[in-house]
Amino acid sequence: MAETILEVKDLVKHYPLTQGVLFKKQVGAVKAVDGVSFQLDKGETLGIVGESGCGKSTLAKVLMNLERATAGQVLFKGEDISRLSGAALKSVRRNIQMVFQDPYTSLNPRMTVGDIIGEPFEIHPEVAPKGDRRKAVQDLLDVVGLNPEYINRYPHQFSGGQRQRIGIARGLALKPEIIICDEPVSALDVSVQAQVINLLEQLQGEFDLSYMFIAHDLSIVRHISDRVGVMYLGKIVEIGTDEQIYENATHPYTQALLSAVPVPDPAARESRERIILSGDIPSPANPPSGCRFRTRCWKAEERCAEEIPLLAIPTTLEGPAAHDSACHFAEVRESAAA
Amino acid sequence: MPDLTEKKTAEEIPAQAAVAADAKPEKARSLGSDAWHDLRRKPIFVISALLILLLIVIAIAPGLFTSVDPRAGDLRLHYLSKPNYSHFFQADWFGYDLQGRSIYARVVYGARASVVVGICVTLGVTILGGIAGMVAGYFGGWVDTIISRVTDIFFGIPLLLGSLVILNAFTSRTIWSVVFALVALGWTQMTRVMRGSVITVKQADFVTAAKALGAGTGRIMFKHILPNAIAPVIVVATIALGGYIATEATLSFLGIGLQDPTISWGIDINSAQKVIRTAPFALFFPAGMLSLTVLAFIMLGDAVRDALDPKLR
Repeated sequence: MAETILEVKDLVKHYPLTQGVLFKKQVGAVKAVDGVSFQLDKGETLGIVGESGCGKSTLAKVLMNLERATAGQVLFKGEDISRLSGAALKSVRRNIQMVFQDPYTSLNPRMTVGDIIGEPFEIHPEVAPKGDRRKAVQDLLDVVGLNPEYINRYPHQFSGGQRQRIGIARGLALKPEIIICDEPVSALDVSVQAQVINLLEQLQGEFDLSYMFIAHDLSIVRHISDRVGVMYLGKIVEIGTDEQIYENATHPYTQALLSAVPVPDPAARESRERIILSGDIPSPANPPSGCRFRTRCWKAEERCAEEIPLLAIPTTLEGPAAHDSACHFAEVRESAAA
Repeated sequence: MPDLTEKKTAEEIPAQAAVAADAKPEKARSLGSDAWHDLRRKPIFVISALLILLLIVIAIAPGLFTSVDPRAGDLRLHYLSKPNYSHFFQADWFGYDLQGRSIYARVVYGARASVVVGICVTLGVTILGGIAGMVAGYFGGWVDTIISRVTDIFFGIPLLLGSLVILNAFTSRTIWSVVFALVALGWTQMTRVMRGSVITVKQADFVTAAKALGAGTGRIMFKHILPNAIAPVIVVATIALGGYIATEATLSFLGIGLQDPTISWGIDINSAQKVIRTAPFALFFPAGMLSLTVLAFIMLGDAVRDALDPKLR
């Protein structure tokens, strides 16, 4: 088995809800991320999927130390980085970088491309000596498929796909081992999405990167990921390899998500069965007791309200269906396998 | 760089072909120079900028425009001797005031007080308000609460009434006491604009990206937030500059701003209003110059806003 590079243990991020102006009293908390654990191996791509508001982006921010974790650990090569600050945090940042969702807001419009991609070198001068920086920036532009001559241009002179390439170049500058991609292609055209995804895959091979790929597009996640984690209301409900999740989903939420993936074949579209979930995603400030999905689940029974299902391999299942799933009634749904 | 060579390099590197094809063959321009590019073509900007330029030259070197001493009075030339329009333009077109001083020379020399007060007050409030707004917006929390409440308190003091009180405390008032009073009361406006602007920019992804790279507070503030947050402040400052000039004239008119022997349009308007029926020209020229100046700055501010407004871009 490959070396584990990032291990997340029971990560929790709560945002306190306060009342009162002068004397703030905590009246509750938005449980954005509530006990998430997973591992990321070297050279692997872990996809994280889930609907809006399930805590995907918060998870990314906590991993990047942009938000302080309320509890839990983030172990980078065995060292807990979630409590670091100052110089220690700065040096860890060299190893974990991020690619943002919106290429239109993630680049400073007042800086040239050269300054944007060169900024990591200014913050971490030990990575590239001063004289070599221009060269290093041009190399990065070349690596992401942009003309190195564009170094003096401004972001508004580029298209969305090109801007995302610039964002990727900035993320690569420090030669990180992990890149967290927070919906890196959801703001792009479908044709451009493919180019950027292929670029990410090519770079992964070239620089031996580990990706954490957050998205809500299931087909893209399947294309790029080795393993996939499904999030619902701040928890991972199911995690496993590509095949385990897409062909042998055992959690009802995953099954419902998969049944909503558009099918390009009209005949197949007619024959398959859609699972229509009723209701909305509950408020993360006041999640349901027991299983968080029970309010929308067709399998829910009394047990689901009382007992929180743990993310573990269900004992009743065998073969590819035997992977981590947080459901008391986990089983493969025959028609769900598309 | 010529377009042809650019295409050639793109073909040499196949991965770049698609990318280079939709790259515009335009020259690299910053948003600032883009704004300048727009402004140059706007008649309102050109007219107001030329007026302001002229005004600044008058303020710096009034001697270029008149050789008459604005303080020398010749009682034979009293205001009742009407302006003489019988010949081609000369200083006496503007007439003479009560003490027989050339109104033309006084209008020319009066520009300095207005321009100095306008520019110094604007610089003062922009720097003071800019720093306060940046600190409040960036750090938030209790720092923001304290700065915002202090701002609210100062904002509650009417500008004119407040300056009356402050200036009354000075035994002899110069340009600098007027500047002091207006800065002390005017910084709140800039603080609010800057604070709002900083809060908006602070949430942008590129600020998060800089934090993720490990950038320090100084770098984030000055390289990322300031250049993106300053535009509204520049616009408000330009428009406010005209307002400060008008306020200085108002204070001088009320006899609480500048004092003789300092020459100010406001003082001249005040002395001319007593003879408005017999010598309207004595009021017309200083008041006209004042209006023109204020108008020029407001028009400039308008043009700059159009050019800097990112929503129109």
